[in-house]
Amino acid sequence: MLSLDEHILLAVQNGLPICSRPYQAIADELLISEAQLLERLQALRQQGVIKRWGVIVKHRPLGYKANAMIVVNVPDERVVELGKKLSAEPVVNLCYQRPRQGERWPYNLYCMIHGKDRAMVEAHWQRLQQQCGLGDFMSEILFSRRCFKQRGAWYPGGQSLHG
Amino acid sequence: MDELDKRIINQLQQGFPICEQPYAQVAASLGIPVAELLQRLQSLLDSGVLSRFGPLFHAEQMGGALTLAALQVPESRFEEVSELVNAFPEVAHNYARDHSLNMWFVVATERPEQVAAVLSAIEAKTGLKVLNMPKIREYYVGLQLEA
Repeated sequence: MLSLDEHILLAVQNGLPICSRPYQAIADELLISEAQLLERLQALRQQGVIKRWGVIVKHRPLGYKANAMIVVNVPDERVVELGKKLSAEPVVNLCYQRPRQGERWPYNLYCMIHGKDRAMVEAHWQRLQQQCGLGDFMSEILFSRRCFKQRGAWYPGGQSLHG
Repeated sequence: MDELDKRIINQLQQGFPICEQPYAQVAASLGIPVAELLQRLQSLLDSGVLSRFGPLFHAEQMGGALTLAALQVPESRFEEVSELVNAFPEVAHNYARDHSLNMWFVVATERPEQVAAVLSAIEAKTGLKVLNMPKIREYYVGLQLEA
């Protein structure tokens, strides 16, 4: 049995309809009132279950053809400060702290940068290293060659719903 | 795509209102009629610039788990291994990257304890060692991509 919140998340995960009262349309499907739906969505966003509510943009049609994952080895006591600095830069799309994997992979700070081409990503990274004070730390840029698989939305309740 | 399309995309990436008439609110802040906003959004969706709009879920808050994992795949086995890895329904996306660690994928499971089992199964199927890099902390990013 799914809870009301799970039904709501399933109903909205593929996006809102384009009409003047989109939440009303979803509430009608769920047999609840628009006010109740708005109240639950706001609560889910406040709790952080919905971390962002906006558009999902595809980077290729916008001309962003180079996608790089950049990894940096920064001192543990500075990772939060440097992570916040990096994530505030407009060219950084995602920024995470992850565990090091021994000597072979000593990196603990990850960010994604998209650019029109590789040279543009490299130029952004050079500038960011200076601006954020990262120049002294070991880093690597991993450009993507191919995307094999990109699954859509997250399914609340997941596989159990589908069998 | 013209300047107005770009403004619409950039504005919506900052967030979408949760209220009775959200498009009217967005249109007002852009200074355009709501009918024009709806028509432009439809064509941005039709042309594939926008994939959808709505929520981005927080997997952990929903009881699930996500991790980033990497493999060092010999070039001669690359196609074969990518098929093995992509056949797992828990593999959400998978990228080939220019590095000796050349395959990077995200594993998403319904329950946290399933991550280790999926990674072991991938090791068993491929005969390769999986590096597991779950997130420790995420730093918030506002705009995703400037149009």
